[in-house]
Amino acid sequence: MRPFIIRHPSVGVFLALLALFTIFVTVMSEAYGLGFVSTSFVKTLGKTLCLGLVAISMDLVWGYCGILSLGHFAFFGLGGYMIGMWLMYARTKLIVVASLANAELPATEQEVVDAIGNQIFGVVGSSDFPLIWIFADSFVLQMALVVLVPGLLALIFGWLAFRSRVTGVYLSILTQAMTLALSVYLFQNDSGLRGNNGLSGLQNLPGADAIAQSHISIWFFWASAAMLGLCYMAAAWIVSGKFGSVIRAIRDDETRVRFLGYSVEGYKLFIFVVTAIIAGIAGALYYPQAGIINPAEIAPIASIYLAVWVAIGGRGRLYGAVIGAAFVSIVSTYFTGGQAPDINLGFYTIQWVDWWLVALGLAFVLVTLFAPKGIGGLIDLFEGRRSPDRHGADLGPDAGSLREAEAEK
Amino acid sequence: MIRIIVTAFAILLALSSTVIAQQSPIQDLLQNHRALIEKSSRKTIGPAIEALRDSGLPEAQHILEKWQVKELWMRKDDGLFVFAEKVDGGFELTDISSGQSIGKAGKRDLKQLKPNSGIRAIIGAALVQFQLMDPDPAKRFAALEAIQRDGEAAHLPALRGAIEGEGDPKIQALKKRIEGLLTIRFGQNEAARIAAIERFSGDLGVDVRATLNPLLATRRSVVAGDPPDNVNVAALLTPGSETLSRSDAFDLLVSAGLATARVSTGDMRAALIANIAQGKVAGYSVADLDSDETRQAAYKGLIKQGLVPPAILGEDVDKALASHVFYDAFAEPSGAVTTAATEAMRSIELRVGFNQTFDLALDAISLASIYFLAAIGLAITFGVMGVINMAHGEFIMMGAYTGYVVQQIIPDYTISIIVALPMAFAVTFAAGVAMERLILRWLYNRPLETLLATFGVSIALQQLAKNIFGTQARPLTSPAWLDGAWVMNDVVSISYIRIAIFVLALVFLAVFLFIMKQTRLGLEVRAVTQNPRMASSMGINPDRINMLTFGLGSGIAGVAGVAIGLFAKVTSELGSDYIVQSFMTVVVGGVGNIWGTLAGAALIGFFQKGIEWLNPSNTLAAQTYMIIFIIIFIQFRPKGIIALKGRAAGD
Repeated sequence: MRPFIIRHPSVGVFLALLALFTIFVTVMSEAYGLGFVSTSFVKTLGKTLCLGLVAISMDLVWGYCGILSLGHFAFFGLGGYMIGMWLMYARTKLIVVASLANAELPATEQEVVDAIGNQIFGVVGSSDFPLIWIFADSFVLQMALVVLVPGLLALIFGWLAFRSRVTGVYLSILTQAMTLALSVYLFQNDSGLRGNNGLSGLQNLPGADAIAQSHISIWFFWASAAMLGLCYMAAAWIVSGKFGSVIRAIRDDETRVRFLGYSVEGYKLFIFVVTAIIAGIAGALYYPQAGIINPAEIAPIASIYLAVWVAIGGRGRLYGAVIGAAFVSIVSTYFTGGQAPDINLGFYTIQWVDWWLVALGLAFVLVTLFAPKGIGGLIDLFEGRRSPDRHGADLGPDAGSLREAEAEK
Repeated sequence: MIRIIVTAFAILLALSSTVIAQQSPIQDLLQNHRALIEKSSRKTIGPAIEALRDSGLPEAQHILEKWQVKELWMRKDDGLFVFAEKVDGGFELTDISSGQSIGKAGKRDLKQLKPNSGIRAIIGAALVQFQLMDPDPAKRFAALEAIQRDGEAAHLPALRGAIEGEGDPKIQALKKRIEGLLTIRFGQNEAARIAAIERFSGDLGVDVRATLNPLLATRRSVVAGDPPDNVNVAALLTPGSETLSRSDAFDLLVSAGLATARVSTGDMRAALIANIAQGKVAGYSVADLDSDETRQAAYKGLIKQGLVPPAILGEDVDKALASHVFYDAFAEPSGAVTTAATEAMRSIELRVGFNQTFDLALDAISLASIYFLAAIGLAITFGVMGVINMAHGEFIMMGAYTGYVVQQIIPDYTISIIVALPMAFAVTFAAGVAMERLILRWLYNRPLETLLATFGVSIALQQLAKNIFGTQARPLTSPAWLDGAWVMNDVVSISYIRIAIFVLALVFLAVFLFIMKQTRLGLEVRAVTQNPRMASSMGINPDRINMLTFGLGSGIAGVAGVAIGLFAKVTSELGSDYIVQSFMTVVVGGVGNIWGTLAGAALIGFFQKGIEWLNPSNTLAAQTYMIIFIIIFIQFRPKGIIALKGRAAGD
């Protein structure tokens, strides 16, 4: 059998491009190169790679398995919260221990913990550590939670939902409800995660005060790129072969796959949990670069945007998801950041800060209507692959479907 | 002759008036108590004022009022009480009874009566009775209200005296009520107080609770043996229980002087630091003092050396707590009264509980009607047509903004609301039809993409609203007749606007049922929903029906927007606040059935209010639990409360 990379040339091309991009940015960076790319832009690029990673997970679950989950950004945020807890605890502990070292008496353990609690929870008027912080002292355990918490939540939720055969738009609404519940819960001050203040100061690694942000940012950029490449390969491997065929078959006709004897629920649950874990990892890489996480990041609208990126990039192809996430997030930053020039129509001046969302919404409607393949469809054009314009209708004798002759046009 | 008679008569008249001036009954009464009045002492003045109050003379009130403001004077030579007014070269005197002038007098011949504040208060209390008996009911009512605000023991006799002669039954009832409450507070007779307390058992008024609560106020104390006999003990307490934590109990002991203070962690730390000598504290090296045990041991060492005042540490606290009795005692000394008050409070709380439940049910119904209003449009587009319209919330917002714009043009709130409802329907109907024609009809075979496309419309509309109307909330004012609330008693009340929304929800339900069951359009809608190809074979144009159905659902969303805008702030985010709840309502209720939507709205409304009642401080948590409940509910009834069966179910 031919090697995996040769059977799937797109994986090789993607990894090569990613490697080239990483080297290019490194050479251009302030820390290790010519300094053409500012530290903040390196962070933006690193964050974009993380968004590409979560877009891959969304594409796996939606583009390949047909589950339009409006909850993957919640998993992303949970991953961020998990790493944020360790970052915040460890850094505050260093500061507290340093300040207590000058005291006349050596501090008891309880005094250290109380002082950390005071520092972290003073902003919500509390100083006790809630139960969910018990592992925050341990880097290894908290890193495990980055994977475990989103994974377990996805497992429980997915098991409940798939087992009662909630599918299609119902499942979308249910996942949206889950996301809303989570974000509303985190908004409370006594949720144990600092309410709407969220966790902050995450860009400072504990014990790395001597190292400049320009270096740290490029390290995170490398980590994000490496994780994106790794997960891209893993995702490509998952969707290739027999397993991938079953996944796509579930997307196209779930009932038929079930009647063929496959455990549809098992496959869906597997994909749901794996993608939740990928999303959690992406979040754990994203938020140390963003520096702050709060419950607003988890709001249902973020998950819908995730679906928008994947749709614009092109569903059902992994590189499409990455392209969509990178393209839309960078273009959004450009237009909402106030850098885009205003358009003067004579009677009215269009300021992009105000009108960008309108344009994005309309662009999104147009893409859904006229280019269901998204940006990735351009590559099909380049390869000369055409598909009939069926508006999603089935092929065959069913209601509203097209004849084979029509489809072949 | 005539002239003589007239002159004689005039003289007689003048004489007689002087006689009256000096010998009116009120003057006599004052003269009887002249010694007391002149002495003007708070302790002895009582009988004089009482005599005046109980005299039944018409001038008594006026005289008391004048006395209170220091306008009553006494002529020194004959002790006559007069009113005096300063004029040029002395004082103009007026008779206290007839009000006639009786000549002038110099300042030196007069003595002004200057009641001190204590006497003024006694006079004020005496005056209350006159106010309570005032012929004008409004004045009587005002006096009662003043007593209700801050009643005093002195009001009690006046109030009791004023009940009998009261003609107005309403005011009489109020008098009796206030008399009862004052008896509970100030009564001297225990039996009367208990009777009054029992009279108010089960009364919902806030004033009753405000009267009974101070009676039941307790003070926490501690003694070495049994509580003294003269103390009305409410409850004995065990340290470490829920009502009395161990540290609170110990603090009580310390403040009662029954135990030496415990040293706080901070104080202990400071004391240890203060006594560091050559790197050691009481034989322990400083580096070892990083745990509570060694610190306590070192502190004990310091106590032994006499360097710090003695303090209780560790297990000694237990001993001290065990050897004392902690109890709550009523401030009210009479046990019978507190028992009766507790009993009355219990029955009141029971009734308050019932009424609160009722009030909560009303709240839940009104919340359910709001959800129903928000969801009914969705029940049509999503439930009947199976189209996920993420822009539904924005249609609600458009309706609310339409109401706002109409109010800018028509200033009369009543007319503007009447105009706004059909206007909102028209605007959102048009928007819905446009969206259906331009976008949705291409996507009927791709439901998930409908979701995404309508989401695109949703963010575009939301931003558009922000660009046009700004980010700050716009007011949509309800007409004046919708202001206020229907108050049933001190516990149960519901605002008129909520009643209006409830009625509107019922109207919508009726209209929806009428259209679906009784009209040609409804028939065609149902036909197209069940089987579009068969319907089109029967001569129905499915395109047209889809368009109209979607327009209808959107139009209803617009009308709901006006209703919601009346009590919520109109912002561009108005719709997105309701969209998830609306979908939940439809999904929980069961798709494709209006009764299901009603049931879903009721379930969610009651459930949310129920959780808020269990945890009133935290509405955010209530929302979280509600959504979790819905997710679990879907497990057991995936098709909702009312599931379609047979052909109608589709699939």
